Amino acid sequence: MSEFRMPSLGADMDAGTLVEWMKQPGERVQRGDAIAAVETQKGAIEIEVFENGVLEEIRVQVGERVPVGTVLAIIRAEGETPAATSPPPTRAPPQTSAQRPTPTPTSAPTPTPAPRAAAKFTPVALRRARELGLDPGSLAPAADGVIGLREVEAAQAALAGRATQAAGLATQAAAPAAPASPASMTGRGIDLDEMRKAIAAAMARSWREIPHYFVSSTLDLSPMLDWLQKENGQRPMAQRLHYAAPLIRAIALALKATPVLNGHYGEHGFVPAANVHLGIAIAMRGGGLIAPAILDADTLDPDTLMARLNDLVARVRGGRLRSSELSASTATLTNLGEETADAVQPVIYPPQVAIIGCGQVIERAWAQDDALSARRTMIVTVGGDHRVSDGRAAAKFLQRLAESLRHPERL
Amino acid sequence: MNADNYETSIKAALYSVAPDLAAEPLDADARYRDQFEFDSMDLLRFILEVHRLTGIDIPESDYRQLETLNSGVAYLRSKGAQPD
Repeated sequence: MSEFRMPSLGADMDAGTLVEWMKQPGERVQRGDAIAAVETQKGAIEIEVFENGVLEEIRVQVGERVPVGTVLAIIRAEGETPAATSPPPTRAPPQTSAQRPTPTPTSAPTPTPAPRAAAKFTPVALRRARELGLDPGSLAPAADGVIGLREVEAAQAALAGRATQAAGLATQAAAPAAPASPASMTGRGIDLDEMRKAIAAAMARSWREIPHYFVSSTLDLSPMLDWLQKENGQRPMAQRLHYAAPLIRAIALALKATPVLNGHYGEHGFVPAANVHLGIAIAMRGGGLIAPAILDADTLDPDTLMARLNDLVARVRGGRLRSSELSASTATLTNLGEETADAVQPVIYPPQVAIIGCGQVIERAWAQDDALSARRTMIVTVGGDHRVSDGRAAAKFLQRLAESLRHPERL
Repeated sequence: MNADNYETSIKAALYSVAPDLAAEPLDADARYRDQFEFDSMDLLRFILEVHRLTGIDIPESDYRQLETLNSGVAYLRSKGAQPD
């Protein structure tokens, strides 16, 4: 028998609400199966089991919010006999052994606050409202009965107006929405939503505990982008690569070759990781950020990485991530992307020990071999943990990355 | 396929890659990047979905022409009218 517990999906999570059991008592489960879904500050996450066996008993019911570490279920390993007579220690025994156990929750379920059933939100608007700390129930829908981003922004603008001048109810937005009711305004003005709090907690801890250093290089991406353009020109649309795929490949290989940047820092110091599970920071529409991992990124070719990246983005936008993707990252990549900014000094996500920050690709004058030319370049910055490594290791990493990007055909 | 169908396909592709935008009003002349915080991965997934729904092949160099609803409809109309 083993206890299946609410996992911690990162330094910033302390509790979760069980929203779905995907397996029922008596069903076989296999290592890697998602057996339940949990609503967290990062959205709904599917949690996976780590062994083969049978789901013996469910201890937490749908709707219950429980702290990290709480036993959610009991898994009977293959070969073990069912425990007919040993009821869970803290629960009342089931009425009859034949019945499916239905433990009574010790605490009242505290479901996440949902908007009034009458108001129909677009999902992005609901997330934005929560990000801004607006009470979803206080928002007025547009003429079509739907509350969209525009209504949320108008309500927030109205609220901001109120905060500065009591009479300032005049909304500059042309939206027909009524201003938010004063009831939605807290004493401190606008609240931050759960995700923002979670990011703040993780980043505050990181900044408090990790002595960061930052090392940057400007890399010439022209060879890789030229190769990619040629490659994509020969491929059918569905098989074309985004530049992120070869970039992720090159970063994963350079991390693999620089073990002091890849792993976890725990109670007993640094433990390097055998493989590179690269967290990819993805901005959520409406606010917030999430960094699910591409597992074993160092072993995957650019085509497979492209498929994985596609899948991750799709599930961040409209599906569910898996617990292993949120807890396994051994390093993180944050890529600012097009039309953003030139460079980023990224903050490490504990318990990791390094984060790679990529600025936008931009044409710069490039001097090489006594000649000037225009090249597409990217400023790559390594945020490292001084408890584990020095800037020299990061510099080495950047040299390796630059070298492999010079030969994209080998990636 | 007529313009209405192209518009329907584009919207279907948009909501398919960004289901959280369903029912959000759409500014036909604003780039998805500007009105919905689309990044280049979102745009790529969207264009692939447009291709899947319309069967129209879109070279990489034309991707930027699909950045708004109106420019996308105009582009598909011009491509759709051409024999391949």
